[in-house]
Amino acid sequence: MKDEITSRDDRVANLKGMGCSRKRVEDARFTQGKGNYVDDIKLDGMLFGDFVRSPYAHARIKSVNSEAALKVPGVLAVLTAEDLAPLGLHWMPTLAGDKQMVLADGKVLFQGQEVAFVVAEDRYAAADGIEAVEVEYEELPVIVDPFKSLESDVVLREDTVDENGKATDGAHGPRKHPNHIFTWEVGEKDATEQVIDEADVVATETMYYHRTHPCPLETCGSVASMDKVNGKLTLWGTFQAPHAIRTIVSLISGLEEHNIRVISPDIGGGFGNKVGAYPGYVCSVVASIVTGRPVKWIEDRMDNLMTTAFARDYWMTGKISATKEGKITGLHCNVTADHGGFDACADPTKFPAGFMNICTGSYDIPTAYLAVDGVYTNKAPGGVSYRCSFRVTEAVYFIERMIEVLAIELNMDAAELRRINFIKKDQFPYQSALGWEYDSGDYHTAWDKALKTVDYDGLRAEQAERVEAFKRGETRKIMGIGLSFFTEIVGAGPVKNCDILGLGMFDSCEIRIHPTGSAIARLGTISQGQGHATTFAQILASEIGLPADSITVEEGDTDTAPYGLGTYGSRSTPVAGAATAMAGRKIRAKAQMIAAYLLEVHDDDVEFDVDRFVVKGAPERFKTMKEIAFAAYNQAIPGIEPGLEAVSYYDPPNMTYPFGAYICVMDIDVDTGVTDIRRFYALDDCGTRINPMIIEGQVHGGLTEALAVALGQEIAYDDQGNVKTGTLMDFFLPTAWEVPNYETDHTVTPSPHHPIGAKGVGESPHVGGVPCFSNAVQDAFRPFGLRHTNMPHDHWRIWKTANSLGMHD
Amino acid sequence: MSKKMHISLTVNGKQEEFLAEPRELLIYTLRERLNITGPHIGCETSHCGACTVTIDGKSVKACTMFVAQADGADVTTIEGLGNPDSLHPLQEAFKEHHGLQCGYCTPGMITRAAKLLEENPNPTEDEIRFGMAGNLCRCTGYQNIVKSIRAAATEMNAAKEAAE
Ligand code: FES
Ligand code: FES
Repeated sequence: MKDEITSRDDRVANLKGMGCSRKRVEDARFTQGKGNYVDDIKLDGMLFGDFVRSPYAHARIKSVNSEAALKVPGVLAVLTAEDLAPLGLHWMPTLAGDKQMVLADGKVLFQGQEVAFVVAEDRYAAADGIEAVEVEYEELPVIVDPFKSLESDVVLREDTVDENGKATDGAHGPRKHPNHIFTWEVGEKDATEQVIDEADVVATETMYYHRTHPCPLETCGSVASMDKVNGKLTLWGTFQAPHAIRTIVSLISGLEEHNIRVISPDIGGGFGNKVGAYPGYVCSVVASIVTGRPVKWIEDRMDNLMTTAFARDYWMTGKISATKEGKITGLHCNVTADHGGFDACADPTKFPAGFMNICTGSYDIPTAYLAVDGVYTNKAPGGVSYRCSFRVTEAVYFIERMIEVLAIELNMDAAELRRINFIKKDQFPYQSALGWEYDSGDYHTAWDKALKTVDYDGLRAEQAERVEAFKRGETRKIMGIGLSFFTEIVGAGPVKNCDILGLGMFDSCEIRIHPTGSAIARLGTISQGQGHATTFAQILASEIGLPADSITVEEGDTDTAPYGLGTYGSRSTPVAGAATAMAGRKIRAKAQMIAAYLLEVHDDDVEFDVDRFVVKGAPERFKTMKEIAFAAYNQAIPGIEPGLEAVSYYDPPNMTYPFGAYICVMDIDVDTGVTDIRRFYALDDCGTRINPMIIEGQVHGGLTEALAVALGQEIAYDDQGNVKTGTLMDFFLPTAWEVPNYETDHTVTPSPHHPIGAKGVGESPHVGGVPCFSNAVQDAFRPFGLRHTNMPHDHWRIWKTANSLGMHD
Repeated sequence: MSKKMHISLTVNGKQEEFLAEPRELLIYTLRERLNITGPHIGCETSHCGACTVTIDGKSVKACTMFVAQADGADVTTIEGLGNPDSLHPLQEAFKEHHGLQCGYCTPGMITRAAKLLEENPNPTEDEIRFGMAGNLCRCTGYQNIVKSIRAAATEMNAAKEAAE
């Protein structure tokens, strides 16, 4: 028999399990144009719906007149808030405990807000209909500055005040002002202030992490099909969390959950943009119920940038204290968070500012305090985690800038300052001052490896020479060395403290082994390019000893997949990956009993070896998993049910804490502001590595999104609340021409609490990359007197920095 | 709504004739009228390249051309480049070198790359990066796309040499 002559190594290789760079199974369809994205869905009689949107950032709606629109050929219906109100659907709950207008209910709060939904035979007729809807607006004073908002007499949201005009309580406690959403405090305020007051050295800095947008290449959309005969609603959409969408649709529509089937087909990138629930989803459902025909809604790019899911917009003020030798003693962080017109942040309920309290970073900081104030303004709602776990990018940017500023204050090398403050290997599990338990890490090893690889000392010497040459007038190019060491917190999360709208953030996997030794696994997550169908099969291959090529992985259909909370915040591997391993282990446990029966020995006398169970001490006596699978379905085994299936719901005991060390070497032309990334080195430690090829791909992509954010990408408003960056002409997405080649590297520090030790990687490069690119720019100017300048560092702003430092004189 | 025009085009070798409003964008003709959904829509403003097709020997962003302008044209989309039994070397190379993640940019990327390699069968990395700059990808950071195109060029040149 073939198995007997195959070496153990060959058997391992044949599985294509964990640790190998298995080619992706998704790629065959994508490379041939056979993906199935939402906009590819076409149903008989399908209509197209689109929005009339507000041109104003703040206005009262005096009237909406659809008469002319309804006469436009091809237009079937125009929905307004008035039509939705009897169904209770003119407002919907947000993920953050607030509510949001589905269609403008008397007023609009941001430019681009949805005012009416025109349903027509096709998108051209819908566009014609939109043109014909007459809306009368009365402009109101616009507030785009969160600090001014907290002082303004203008009340943005009428539902935040009582009849006496006094601010009512919000979802997270009392409001200080009608335009105030919440205050969130973590840590010890008095103790931190005392430590800072008494410190040898204190560095203070205020920084603005600008508003930006995840901007996946595919925009958001949905297709709703209400089958009135059977009472069933099918909803396809760009959903990063299909089960959560099903529950929300059920709660707000009153349809029973078993009558709703939500399907996330292929998704063209998410990056946090597709976590939330948007008015378009709701309107497509209502329109399908009203018309009895399927209705499609697809955002265009301008809608996408202007209305769904901004990210960041954090004003952060920090104080960091240290001894003369550079040992950090305390950290104080105050944030004013601009949430726009509705608080639609995608955060676990108990964390209104996400995991911003990871802002002590990778450092052993004994005392810390964080306070975040959320504020309403006349900007779009969102506040999503753009390629990061909840607000972790903001936190890591904050601490990695504070370290640099402290280094300036101490007149110390920033790499050395990091090294002397890192949490040490033997301190893990480490309790941070702001409440987290870091699972594992070896920061010094990673940092030393990174510095050595790039010849850090050599780079500093070169930089010093360059400064001298610049001063002598021999060059107009300066050189920056960007450093960043990050610790992420991903894999939300333990149900005891993480839920979204009351739904615990566990995840799930269900496995069915077929009689001939192949399998199907279904998960509660959904890939948006991460390659789940490839990597989850690898986890299973290693766990159950069947080749990954014989395992189909399916996600995204709520009628077939087990309940899960979806894919964002790098949670798929930490949570669903764990569920997959655990379900695999259940399969293996049953397989062991079957093998023992077939081999006529006691259960404890067989052991698992790659793809089979062998009798201990008699390796020639074994049953392969394939044979066991067949027996499970074809042989009556006393005391054992037929079949070989398992399901696991995994509630992680803790988050995972991936980390990494990034170094960027950049040249900057001070006369043009043009940046040239000469080298970028990225060392990631994501624990156990499932597929190195996919990890590398994630790192390349995340770094490129970090480059974009640091060097130019922003959602900018003028003072009337007009979006100035509503197309890809103004909103920076780097092309192949602007992006460098990245060097990737790794260390491996497995997570001690994860069944396979994996920590997640999709977001690390973005989280660590943004401060690295920014620090490179700032470091280049440090010898010329710069302390801090805000992102995005586009050519114009860099030129201005050089100019303000007298470098053009 | 304006008067419909009679349009005839060849798409992936197949002759198509229909009546369409002149304002209909070619990308919608392909995707919605002809059910050719390989070319995607990422912006409709000519920036992202997700809709890239080849028209009469040139790379064109199908979101920026009215179907009326394409009357009589010869159009090739990703669907016309290879088939499951015989993939285009670029399709193989993108799979082999992890040149895609979500796959949304991929049909446009490969279609553009095929044209690029026709114009310049042995491009340098810089030439690839410049030649592909009209096609945006949000997932891959381009490194593996460049690698895939370079690998396909080598493969195609070797095959050509072997044939000669
Ligand atoms: S959709 Fe045509 S270039 Fe973006
Ligand atoms: S693979 Fe997702 S946009 Fe390129």
